[in-house]
Amino acid sequence: MNQTLLQPLQSLGQAVVFLIRAIAHMRISRYQFGETLRQVYFAGVRSLVIIVTCGFFVGLVLTLQTYDTLTRFGAADAASTVLALSLFRELGPVLTAILFAGRAGTSITAEIGLMRATEQLDALDLMAIDPLERIVQPRLLAGLIAVPALVLVFNSTAILGGVFYAVFLMGNDPVTFWGSMQATVELGRDFGHGMLKSVAFGLIASWLAVYFGWSAKPTSEGVALATTQTVIATAISVLVIDFVLSAFML
Amino acid sequence: MSPPLAPQPAIRLESVRLSFGKRLILNDINLTIPAGQVTAVMGPSGCGKTTILKLITGQLKPDSGRIMVGDLCVNELSGRALKAYRRNVGVLLQNGALFTDLTCFDNVALPLREHTDLPDTLLHHLVLLKLETVGLRGAADMYPRDLSGGMNRRIATARAMALDPAIMLYDEPFAGLDPISLGVALRLIREINQARGITSVVVTHDIDQVPKLAHHACLLADGNVVAEGPPEDLRNSDNALIRQFMRGGSDGPVSFHYPADSAAMEFLGRELTP
Repeated sequence: MNQTLLQPLQSLGQAVVFLIRAIAHMRISRYQFGETLRQVYFAGVRSLVIIVTCGFFVGLVLTLQTYDTLTRFGAADAASTVLALSLFRELGPVLTAILFAGRAGTSITAEIGLMRATEQLDALDLMAIDPLERIVQPRLLAGLIAVPALVLVFNSTAILGGVFYAVFLMGNDPVTFWGSMQATVELGRDFGHGMLKSVAFGLIASWLAVYFGWSAKPTSEGVALATTQTVIATAISVLVIDFVLSAFML
Repeated sequence: MSPPLAPQPAIRLESVRLSFGKRLILNDINLTIPAGQVTAVMGPSGCGKTTILKLITGQLKPDSGRIMVGDLCVNELSGRALKAYRRNVGVLLQNGALFTDLTCFDNVALPLREHTDLPDTLLHHLVLLKLETVGLRGAADMYPRDLSGGMNRRIATARAMALDPAIMLYDEPFAGLDPISLGVALRLIREINQARGITSVVVTHDIDQVPKLAHHACLLADGNVVAEGPPEDLRNSDNALIRQFMRGGSDGPVSFHYPADSAAMEFLGRELTP
């Protein structure tokens, strides 16, 4: 088989084996609980600024575009419905996961890659401390917790951005705006499916971040390449998985 | 779980062969490291000194042969048995490999917290004692970034001996140290060895320090053990390779030039005729 086709397949196989090993090495302890919370803070709380800012402006521009288009058909009231459905079903989980990969994923990759380069992972191994349990597990779980929480924040601020444009700038009736949204958005089908996606994307984003850090060559060039790979692989994986999940969920 | 080792194991490498790809690193070597002594492993760069440490710690497995520590065959260990074995082996890596997000105290406490259920007060005292041994109790609350390279290695030494291992392995402990730090490192290795009667293996290039440090030395070259014995015997050897290494000769059996086509062919495009 062509080497260019074989290489990504081989990498995917290695990443899957790594994930299985990481899950098999998981352990529940007081330390792990505290360390996971610490990582949720680093990966999640410290991503809030970019999530809130991007969320607000995505909501703003989405409402601007849909409001302008729907007004031509006399359906301006449906702008809030379009905003909410696009956010809950697609934009919220997808954009949050990609932003998370850029902000926290790269940081996780670089941290683990540098730990490899400076022999800190070897040191753990030599002290009979499992680096998969000590280093990988908390970061993997942190992504699973942080991404869905960040999706909620992203969606909320995006809707606030929509309210700002439609109600405060264009002078629409707030009751119509909220009422239209509440009447059409279904909790399970729209919001629930979006949150399920966010869990899947959280796993993908944190899995790829720890995997590329773990497998980074122990050089400055290797760590730089690994961080780039994290963003590219996460963005592509999230978009592909999003399509697959959407096809099954609709 | 009781440790699987005798208190003072000797280490034996029996017909150990190891290659990385096509490159032969160790060529059926036999090496005995005496119990309770400091053994220096010397040799030119790339001759497999650090590889020997990695074989002893079980990080690498030989292509053939056995690594025996006491009655344990290290290359047959895996999983929990390997972990239990490693609790008895302290390793000082070349750059210390301290965790930069932990204080010096927490770095030393890490293996104790992981492997023991000591009460906090006792653990606190034990860590401070280890730091006192390396002269850095006063730096307990500092981060590795706030200390010099030599001090970082001393903290790493305290961490390596936190669990009172029966074997201590030091990978290039003197590299890049100023004379004062070097003297401190030298004294520490000797004192730790004497005070606790452990077996110590020191990989080093520093031939001047070896007679002050080691009871036993071995010299590796071209994948073989070319000499072993008391450091003074090696220094007085007539063997050309041993003399070149012990006296730091730039050329000799270990060539200054990396293997290449002749310089005449490279620069003139033809060989010179006599």
